[in-house]
Amino acid sequence: MIFVQATGGFFSWEWVVNHLDDIWDRTVQHVMLTAIAITVGIAISLALSIVALRFRWTYAPITWVTGILYTIPSLALFAFLVPITGLSVLTAEIGLVSYTLLILIRNMVAGIDGVPPATVESARGMGYTDRGLFFAVELPLALPVIIAGVRIASVTTIGLVTITSLIGQGGLGFFILRGLNLFYSPVGTTQIVVGTVVSVALAVAVDLALVGLERLATPWSTRRAAT
Amino acid sequence: MIEFLGEVAAWFGDSANWLGASGILNRLREHIQITVAATAVSMVVAIPPAVWLAHRRIGGTFVVAVVNIARAIPSFAIVVLFLPISIRLGLGIGFWPTFLALLFLAIPPMFTNAYTGVAGVDPDLVEASRGMGMTDPEVLTKVEIPMASPVILAAVRVAAVQVIATATLGALVGWGGLGRFIVDGFAVRDSVVVFAGALLVAGLAIVTEVVLGTVERHVVPATLRSRSEGVESVVA
Repeated sequence: MIFVQATGGFFSWEWVVNHLDDIWDRTVQHVMLTAIAITVGIAISLALSIVALRFRWTYAPITWVTGILYTIPSLALFAFLVPITGLSVLTAEIGLVSYTLLILIRNMVAGIDGVPPATVESARGMGYTDRGLFFAVELPLALPVIIAGVRIASVTTIGLVTITSLIGQGGLGFFILRGLNLFYSPVGTTQIVVGTVVSVALAVAVDLALVGLERLATPWSTRRAAT
Repeated sequence: MIEFLGEVAAWFGDSANWLGASGILNRLREHIQITVAATAVSMVVAIPPAVWLAHRRIGGTFVVAVVNIARAIPSFAIVVLFLPISIRLGLGIGFWPTFLALLFLAIPPMFTNAYTGVAGVDPDLVEASRGMGMTDPEVLTKVEIPMASPVILAAVRVAAVQVIATATLGALVGWGGLGRFIVDGFAVRDSVVVFAGALLVAGLAIVTEVVLGTVERHVVPATLRSRSEGVESVVA
């Protein structure tokens, strides 16, 4: 049995003020890890969604496989990869990308399925080819549903990045892990709180930014709301 | 790679790794126990108020806010944060910080899923039941709850799988469970143990998902099945 005596306060502003540079660097690293994961996740999901829309029978196996990836606890997924790809950014990104796929593919397929058949038919009547129809009509109209998926995937990824601190990456998770090793002192608890609060703030900021992006990218929906 | 998998197989073949306090069987028992306890407590705490508030149509905006904020809080951070809190409360390390973190993370999605399940019941149906002369409690127990049951069951499945994932992190704050193999394996750089632990944790999560999913399909009438599709799930 281990007996631990907690000493001093819970939070030290002094530590925060002295480590602002450090906090900034880790925040930037956190954003980078997230941005790479989301970009790669969107690219893979878009490709798989196009396959699933073109060949309907592939949708079930695609969601089945990405569903299994989604169900595997993150610590286990990273642990699987470490013997293969080591304690690297690659390991972190493979894990992070894996978790985005199910949400993104589901929303992409649902979004495109939700485009009214009459609109698709009119576009065909106007002479759109398959590719033109997809990129100029279906994709833009599906954008609100797709961005809803990107929002969920981004917020989830920002949280999961903290766990990658256990495999030597982590962004703001670095503070949480270091705080864990110093949990009995205010220096430790301060770092846990800073890592958590900044990570949550980042998630909220990215979520709001994506809402803004959706408004900008789909001006017709605001116009419709206004009339 | 083949050689490595052979070592993992050999590790599983050694009965010494299965028995005793730090063996697979005991770690599995610990993991299942805390999962059942945390899921059960979350159900008792989250479902009744969610069903009642949804029945009264109170707090819709609050529910949306809860699910958004809950998703933004990293489970890793919560498990770690509950360690100093638990110590300050005199509950020590190990079980309590893990258990409290599990409750903290399982209750919000369970609440919102149960809420949206009941709130999503077709208003025409509710009105028709009132028209048939059902009293308010009858509408709740004979119409709304049965109609929402697929969503509520799905919410329990999602919560159980999430709890299994988060309980793995309990090994970081001195608790047992299957996460011990991963965390201890990392500490001594033994990738065979890490990989074996990952197999066990992933296996437990997938088996739970499949078993509870199968139970759902047998319990829920076919006509209500599509209703559980919009259930919010969270990766941990």
